[in-house]
Amino acid sequence: MAVQTPIYLDNHATTRCDPRVVEAMLPYFTTHFGNAASRTHVFGRIAEEAVDKARAQLARAIGATTDKEIVLTSGATESDNLAIKGAAHMYRERGDHLITVCTEHKAVLDAHHALEREGFRVTFLPVGADGLVDLALLAAAMTDQTILVSVMAVNNEIGVVQPLQQIGKLCKDRGVLFFCDAAQAIGKVPIDVEAMHIDLLAFTAHKMYGPKGVGALWVRRKSPRVRLEPLFHGGGHERGLRSGTLAVALIVAFGAAAELAARELPEESSRVLALRQRLWDGLRNNLTHVHLNGDWSARAPGNLNVSFAYVEGESLLMGINDIAVSSGSACTSASLEPSYVLKALGVDDELAHTSIRFGIGRFNTEQEIDYTIARVTEVVTRLRDMSPLWEMVQEGVDLKTVNWVGH
Amino acid sequence: MAYSDKVLDHYNAPRNVGALPKDDPNVGTGVVGAPECGDVMKLQIRVGADGVIEEARFKTFGCGSAIASSSLATEWVKGKTLEQAATIRNTDIVQELNLPPIKIHCSVLAEDAIRAALADYKAKQAATAG
Ligand SMILES: Cc1ncc(COP(=O)(O)O)c(C=O)c1O
Ligand code: FES
Repeated sequence: MAVQTPIYLDNHATTRCDPRVVEAMLPYFTTHFGNAASRTHVFGRIAEEAVDKARAQLARAIGATTDKEIVLTSGATESDNLAIKGAAHMYRERGDHLITVCTEHKAVLDAHHALEREGFRVTFLPVGADGLVDLALLAAAMTDQTILVSVMAVNNEIGVVQPLQQIGKLCKDRGVLFFCDAAQAIGKVPIDVEAMHIDLLAFTAHKMYGPKGVGALWVRRKSPRVRLEPLFHGGGHERGLRSGTLAVALIVAFGAAAELAARELPEESSRVLALRQRLWDGLRNNLTHVHLNGDWSARAPGNLNVSFAYVEGESLLMGINDIAVSSGSACTSASLEPSYVLKALGVDDELAHTSIRFGIGRFNTEQEIDYTIARVTEVVTRLRDMSPLWEMVQEGVDLKTVNWVGH
Repeated sequence: MAYSDKVLDHYNAPRNVGALPKDDPNVGTGVVGAPECGDVMKLQIRVGADGVIEEARFKTFGCGSAIASSSLATEWVKGKTLEQAATIRNTDIVQELNLPPIKIHCSVLAEDAIRAALADYKAKQAATAG
């Protein structure tokens, strides 16, 4: 079995550009390099046409009816900030309350923290052990001051898919805008802004086999017409919502990636799901004390977040250094706190320290999965043999009753 | 995270992994850290009649730097008297393994583990003497 290493299984962090996407993009660096705002000459018009085509591809991938609603940005971080701060600033007369969820991406959470410093009030909803938002809690949190609800589509750590359609319906009934960060969702799970009653939707090319540095915010134009205050000011591009010369080549790539994502979603998601099942079955056949983090069924196909009890995550990553994955362990990050997402699910800190996130994507193969199962099994076994916790558990000690000397 | 060659070496070929019988009066056992902090170290020493540490073992739940720190600690205490072993400082471990600032606590834990093992041994000896 000859697999080529290193193996990339970190597709939540970013994805490899699809060669078809790169091919579509390249002419826009050298031949068609015009500024899309230069309407007076052919270079500009070719660039503008290419951008318009990309807008249509992007709109189709999310079920939008018109491509006039796509605002091109530098990525999901910017789109998140534009949606949240832009709506809060535009509608501050109407109310000063926003609702989001404590497992959102940092870009969403920190945009809310910034608004809190300006005097807005924010409710950070908890999630259940499955990682999902409780609709009754969401409904109860809404007041007549609530102007925006922000809930992501697919969580970047545990892959759970929130009940978007129900959340959207609730927001619509209550007359509250609904923003969804779908960075991890496009091409992985079906997204339809109309059926799901979404008002604002953020996404980014590099999570869907496109290049880094380009993203979009879809902004509903009809029923209701959503208005935003821009983050920065300048030449008035993107209907005044996002000034700055358009990154034509990246946008062309983003459009091509969106078209592929929409077209290949059915086939790709079932293929990726089969790979994930293979990985999960293999790991559980070989190892005991393997815990799944987050709900099993409401989960994007490529995500598997598991805790290998009694083996610290960073030491495991070090052992499987020919496989690219990430860990929720604090030791892999600059902080001493393990993943806030796992904490929010109520996962014990000790299990959070042992978590690994596998992100399976378009380019992974069965051979790579089999290799990964074998390597993880080997390293977890070796590290458990040198884990004092594993030793205690084998001796029948209940770790919860031990008087630990923390530091 | 870029690991130093020495950390990698201890991680890949840890010295003295294992356990000594903890009820043996000549064995001192130190367990420090806590699972919810992401690191637990167990370090054991066996002390000969001449007061010299003749054997050491460790098991560690923690990052690669923690594993390397405890592996190194077992190497260093071997052949030392109790007094000499007590002089090993975490800064010596940081220097030897070239640990970056965020990994200093892993070396602190190793120093604590040595002290805990020494204290356990002394307490046992005092108990049998008394
Ligand atoms: C859910 C989510 N939102 C936002 C982002 C940020 O995206 P970008 O890197 O395009 O700014 C990411 C990627 O890390 C993400 O996973
Ligand atoms: S054990 Fe956590 S950083 Fe070393």
